Amino acid sequence: MSDDAPAYGFDTLQIHAGARPDPATGARQTPIYQNTAYVFRDADHAAALFNLQEVGFIYSRLTNPTVSVLQERLAALEGGVGATCASSGHAAQILALFPLMGPGDNVVVSTRLYGGTITQFSHTIKRFGWEAKFVDFDKPGQVARAVNKRTKAIFCESIANPGGYVTDLPRIAAVAERKGVPLIVDNTVATPYLCRPFEHGAHIVVHSTTKYLSGNGTAMGGAVVDSGKFDWSASDKFPSLSAPEPAYHGLKFHETFGPLAYTLHGHAVGLRDLGMTMAPMNAFLTLLGIETLSLRMERHVANARRVAEWLEQDPRVESVTYAGLKSSPHYRRARKLCPKGAGALFAFALKGGYDACVKLVDALQIFSHVANLGDTRSLVIHSASTTHRQLTPEQQEAAGAAPNVVRLSIGLEDPEDLIRDLDQALTKATS
Amino acid sequence: MTTPRTPAPEALDAPIDDAALREILRGARTIAMVGASPNELRPSFFVARYLKLKGYRVLPVNPAHAGKTMLGETILPSLGAIPPEAGEVQMVDIFRRSSEAGAIVDEALETLLERGLRTIWMQIGVEDPAAAARARARGVRTVMNRCPKIEYQRLFGELRWGGFNTGIISSKL
Repeated sequence: MSDDAPAYGFDTLQIHAGARPDPATGARQTPIYQNTAYVFRDADHAAALFNLQEVGFIYSRLTNPTVSVLQERLAALEGGVGATCASSGHAAQILALFPLMGPGDNVVVSTRLYGGTITQFSHTIKRFGWEAKFVDFDKPGQVARAVNKRTKAIFCESIANPGGYVTDLPRIAAVAERKGVPLIVDNTVATPYLCRPFEHGAHIVVHSTTKYLSGNGTAMGGAVVDSGKFDWSASDKFPSLSAPEPAYHGLKFHETFGPLAYTLHGHAVGLRDLGMTMAPMNAFLTLLGIETLSLRMERHVANARRVAEWLEQDPRVESVTYAGLKSSPHYRRARKLCPKGAGALFAFALKGGYDACVKLVDALQIFSHVANLGDTRSLVIHSASTTHRQLTPEQQEAAGAAPNVVRLSIGLEDPEDLIRDLDQALTKATS
Repeated sequence: MTTPRTPAPEALDAPIDDAALREILRGARTIAMVGASPNELRPSFFVARYLKLKGYRVLPVNPAHAGKTMLGETILPSLGAIPPEAGEVQMVDIFRRSSEAGAIVDEALETLLERGLRTIWMQIGVEDPAAAARARARGVRTVMNRCPKIEYQRLFGELRWGGFNTGIISSKL
């Protein structure tokens, strides 16, 4: 927020940002404020809170002290001005789009997305009158051409799930800048430790905090982080932020709150009316996870590289798509945008096709067959038969979830044990 | 009332860091707000109301609304019209476009320098480096393109309740 604030290192921020000793008790760890409503000092205080003239707690659907700590921590780690937490990553995506979109509007999105997001964008948001236009983001010219008068945002993932693909954020950001729409980046797979989308021109970041941020597979959650850099009043495209808001007596959010407008809208209108609030307990678990994020990500990345390199030289494997491998067409881009590593999620194709994939998943003993990623445990999924099952074959292919592809989320176990497990399962799958 | 000590010239040229902002906000008691609007939906009203809640006296200055009452104060036509009985005015907050800031700075230096003026603050989007230099040459600190409400909330605790990045880390109670 302040240009002159001391620039703390990532490791310091992941432990301290947003948190302070509890003013009531001195408790050093952030308490779980398992509480719904907050007492007003007097009528004036209540009025100021309801009019958004003062920041404070009213009701935990909007803000909660434990959730607030997580919000500030995420904003600090991403280098943004503020954040709004949500009950899940999917909720965060709706919450991110809600201030921007109205019926008849569209969002231009990458074809390389998590399958659940593709489904949310290609079917569910239509019921709000919103449309997603899917484009190959390796062709920025096509992205630019897809943007029309009713386009309100451009959306992609920094490191895509599951394709081993890294989006060329600076080029897509340049398109967004030229077209006067914000670039929203899902930074779940990379985490702010590996990639900081705001430094590459993104305006808004969304997260599923369920993954690496909480880290242990314990708590659902999502977050929307705002860079504070987009000028919502430069055009009349974003009336929720630039025009009078009827539910607040005609207040104009951007004019009144400047760079804080989008985040404040997320709480004061988004969470107030959509209600996808993060639970305080989940915020607490996520905060605990984030305290060791950098340490875990370093190990996740090292393990992923070791396992990917092993798979790549195995004759039973057709190909490995991991941007951390020199063989990847995205290797150089990953080095530039994610210098500390290309994540720990990748896919590999089996020569045995769909059937071999199903057998492999069944034969693994350490890898867990679950629809999740970013756990301390190594996870495996056959996307084509699970998370990407609702997609057409073309969508599956574009998203890196072809029928002969298995996705791995590499955990923090001993990588040699993971390799042994894959080895025995590959033998069973291909026999 | 005593006249506050004039900051050393080098302190005036130093960047406005968090320590300087804390000092400015703690050092002010009365703030003249130029461009204050009695319209409850205007950002200036938000800021005035907030600063009043925090214990500051806010003197509204706005020729277009002079004579009307706002938050218990009569709106004044100019900085020069602040009555002597209002006492010292440590800070002027400018809620006008940048092109008008220079004249307001000059009026503040002319009329309030002898009345304890220490800081001239220009709101988000308001900047006039030449006028700021004139103020610093007279021993008055300047803040540009910021909001005292946001900075007060950021430095003294409430902003983080809204999920905002305050940049503040402290292990103290």
